[in-house]
Amino acid sequence: MKPYWVALPLLAMLALTALLWRGLALDPSLVDSPLIGQPAPRFSLPALHAERVVSEQDFRGGWSLLNVWASWCVSCRAEHEVLVALSRQQPELRIFGLNYKDQRSDAVAWLERLGNPYVESAVDRDGRVGIDYGVYGVPETFVIDASGTIVDKHVGPVTWEWVRERLLPRLAGAAS
Amino acid sequence: MIRLLILCGLLAPGLALAWSDADEARYRAMLEELRCLVCQNQSLADSSAELAGDLRDQVRDQIEAGRSDAEIRSYMTARYGDFVLYRPPLKRSTWALWLGPFALLLLGLVVLLRLRRAPSATPRPAPDAPDADALRRILAAEERDGTNS
Repeated sequence: MKPYWVALPLLAMLALTALLWRGLALDPSLVDSPLIGQPAPRFSLPALHAERVVSEQDFRGGWSLLNVWASWCVSCRAEHEVLVALSRQQPELRIFGLNYKDQRSDAVAWLERLGNPYVESAVDRDGRVGIDYGVYGVPETFVIDASGTIVDKHVGPVTWEWVRERLLPRLAGAAS
Repeated sequence: MIRLLILCGLLAPGLALAWSDADEARYRAMLEELRCLVCQNQSLADSSAELAGDLRDQVRDQIEAGRSDAEIRSYMTARYGDFVLYRPPLKRSTWALWLGPFALLLLGLVVLLRLRRAPSATPRPAPDAPDADALRRILAAEERDGTNS
């Protein structure tokens, strides 16, 4: 009879296999943001439409979304109608845009064609503010509470599913 | 005089940047240590993604501004998390990652060594020595009875 501890390496292998199996289901392209729970990073950028400066101070006083978008971004088109509808359905929620590495004229034309859900868009011409926000792809959307703290980040196009399951519960929770 | 001025003009860009060989070496080393978040299997040194270019510029600017390697690393991880470091840091949450393979190897070796020294836990009992008298009596009885079992 072999002693019981001969089985230990096999058990260790099975445990490792289970762990790696679980890992296959994870998506490594979704990088966790270290900014969640932190105040929105400071910035000061020209607005796309108005003659003014947009800064992180604009987020205070109510719930906001900061949506990173660009006219050259194909996936942004997919989420745009969701944002436009959301801006109408949830007037309390201010949707800000971060126009990332884009041309002003292209950006303005794009919004004219597809609709403008944004209270205002900040023009991040060289992407420096994007780096401060840990942006690595477009589109990305940050959920910011009334105190100016980032509470969530969504990488990729915003979907109705995300709105239903992640965004609205937060807004409802805050309102109660 | 004119030639002197022209010479100074040509040399000026090299002097103004004040980018030493040491800076270049640090820059190159840093680029190998940081991951491109877009092409996630490549470092900033290898990736041709636009974000990689932006981040390379960031690293260059920071070195020029006199920041240390540790400061540049923490700048990146503050924005992108630990994943931006190509080599995972050794923290409590990554002990299993770093030490796991060695632990498994050690476990395997220990089991192997112990198996060689103690091949069996319960040895089989030695058979009794045959009882010669009893054997003779049995054989004699079988001969008389004419049985052959």
